[in-house]
Amino acid sequence: MSEHDTGSVREVLIKYFDSTERLAKIVDREVPYPDGKLIVSRTDPSGVITHANRAFIEMSGYAREELLGVNHYILRHPDMPAVAFKDLWDTVAQGKKWQGYVKNLRKDGAYYWVKATVIPNIRNGELVGYTSVRRKPSRSKIKESEALYETLR
Amino acid sequence: MTLNLSVSPDFPPAHLSGWFIFNTWLQRQLGTGVHLELYDGFEEQRKDIRNGKIDLIYANPYDASMLVRELGFKVLVRPRNRADETVIAVRQDDERNSVEDLESGITIATTADPDVHTMGMIMLESADLDKNNVTFREYDNYVLVAKALLNGQADVGFFLKAGYDELSDLVRSKTKSLVNSQISVVHHTLVVGPRMQEHVELLTERLLGMEEDPKGREVLKSMGLDGWDLMEEEQTEFMIDLIDTLID
Repeated sequence: MSEHDTGSVREVLIKYFDSTERLAKIVDREVPYPDGKLIVSRTDPSGVITHANRAFIEMSGYAREELLGVNHYILRHPDMPAVAFKDLWDTVAQGKKWQGYVKNLRKDGAYYWVKATVIPNIRNGELVGYTSVRRKPSRSKIKESEALYETLR
Repeated sequence: MTLNLSVSPDFPPAHLSGWFIFNTWLQRQLGTGVHLELYDGFEEQRKDIRNGKIDLIYANPYDASMLVRELGFKVLVRPRNRADETVIAVRQDDERNSVEDLESGITIATTADPDVHTMGMIMLESADLDKNNVTFREYDNYVLVAKALLNGQADVGFFLKAGYDELSDLVRSKTKSLVNSQISVVHHTLVVGPRMQEHVELLTERLLGMEEDPKGREVLKSMGLDGWDLMEEEQTEFMIDLIDTLID
């Protein structure tokens, strides 16, 4: 758990790139990443979730049926700078692997940090979606990312 | 034409005879000669795979990736309830109780098994450990990894969970696990090469029927397996995509 957590609760209007928005409850409380697990999800080419493993369901706090069919941006925490996701999409659009540290928003408003890797899924030469695998990051990388993202917001 | 069967070198030694029994079973089912070629090392086996010497292989997930995407092999089945998981262990009397207690400069006893080594290193990332700040000692099998740990030649050991579970009770009791992976979708598979095409349908049917047949069940038991589950093409692609995310 982060030493900076205050447990404070606030409401933030999150605006997404497709012009939709939602009022989200944000709780300043970190949920620690479980040891030994990988969070795995897949999306279609537009970012709509098509597969969620058990670790994803447990860590996000959503039920499987709440995740499937919605855009992956449901996990986006307002502390994450938009430029980080632009880099992600620019990279995978070129058919390359993207890796980075991401602060994710849970359904209950708390957060968890991950080291995420996203790759395009190519079948018979066609892009059919993306696979994202998240693993446990180190505290030092979280600290570095927090400092960096603060300057990019 | 004699076909060549091989097995990833990370199979538990206790099941060596089981693979010879499987080979005999296979010849009867297909009505053709099958030669079992076993290897001590992964690289030697990969070289022969690339040279087209292997037709059917019980492959670890990393090699399955190469076989399918680069060499046109096809995954038929996977063993039921046999996901490849990794254990990171230390000596029982070690004061360190979690991965985050490990510090740079440690010595790791590992094998050439690509799954286990890669997952082990991924699970050490949370302690800021990587290949640049640890020392590796490579051993041929998990019994030797355990010995290295107990002899003090290494601080940490990487084990295939199945290999860790098969250590003697005495040896295992002198170690403690810091973390177990819980991935569940990465596993070995039985993969066929282009020269096996004409046998694919019959082979798949016989493999899936093994557990229903008393003789088939005996063969499975000798290999330490419960049965085979069919792998659809997309399941294979999913596993390979996942592995791609884990390789730097």
